Amino acid sequence: MPRFLIPLVVFIALVAVLAVGLTRDPRLVPSPLVDKAAPAFILPTVADPGREIGIEDLKGQVALLNVWASWCIACREEHPFLMELAQEQLLPIYGLDYKDLRPDAQRWLAQFGNPYLQSAFDEQGRVGIDWGVYGVPETFLLDADGFIRYKHIGPLNREIWERDILPLVRRLKEENA
Amino acid sequence: MTRTVRGLVLAALLWPLMVLAAVDPYPFTSEVDEVRFRSLIAELRCLVCQNQNLADSNAELAQDLRQQVYEMILRGEADQTIVSYMVDRYGDFVLYRPPVKGTTALLWAGPFMLMLLGLIALIRTVRRHALEQQPTTATSNRGTHREEPEESQTP
Repeated sequence: MPRFLIPLVVFIALVAVLAVGLTRDPRLVPSPLVDKAAPAFILPTVADPGREIGIEDLKGQVALLNVWASWCIACREEHPFLMELAQEQLLPIYGLDYKDLRPDAQRWLAQFGNPYLQSAFDEQGRVGIDWGVYGVPETFLLDADGFIRYKHIGPLNREIWERDILPLVRRLKEENA
Repeated sequence: MTRTVRGLVLAALLWPLMVLAAVDPYPFTSEVDEVRFRSLIAELRCLVCQNQNLADSNAELAQDLRQQVYEMILRGEADQTIVSYMVDRYGDFVLYRPPVKGTTALLWAGPFMLMLLGLIALIRTVRRHALEQQPTTATSNRGTHREEPEESQTP
């Protein structure tokens, strides 16, 4: 190889490395929980402090668990899509209301609509820690056995749903049928 | 007037210190536990502000995780248990010193590979220079009176 080509090759290699590295979002940390059994929890619901919801309630069908909070700005952006998704009735959507105040959360659902079958009320964020939540909103796809099959960090939208999650939902439902 | 201003400036400068003094919500009975706590929260990374450890970050999650580490230490859990508790939930990313394995091989070996490449380049350059110098030294050793062209070129 001619000598003058060496810097060029090094440069191209560097550009290639940076092109891959810099376009990845460092805030998206892959969850070690994917393909593992979902962490167990029992929490009161947002709607009713006297009623409890737990991981057992989510089992038996392919379901979505969406981590949200009334203080979360990005959740507001995501919310209309969740409403659409709830109307399609493809799968049940459960909520995990993370480090919120109950009146705020109830008001939020009353104001923007409630896409959730039930929302668990995680006031202290303990269940959030068990689920490795670090950036609300986050969405977990669970299979019928209660295994986490996919985790999305950040607000969902139609494009992300159809590209990353819907094919997996269809496959899981077929496996289940 | 200037006195009041001076007083205000002083108060403004001291304010952060007062806040710092107020932040010690983790009372330990044993000094060993306190040292363990300090070193654990320095080793664990905050996932929200990723270039800070749990000790430095004021993100809510970091506060919660500090609390978690604190409670686990009080319960008498081993360092290993606490670290794997975090890794189980947040992955290796939570460690400032990730373990050596397939996915982190480049991370660990990369700097040494770069250093090796640099060393090879350095040795090659030095050797080449030595080779280029050799004829010159050979002629000057012979003690010729002829002016060396290379010497005349150097400023």
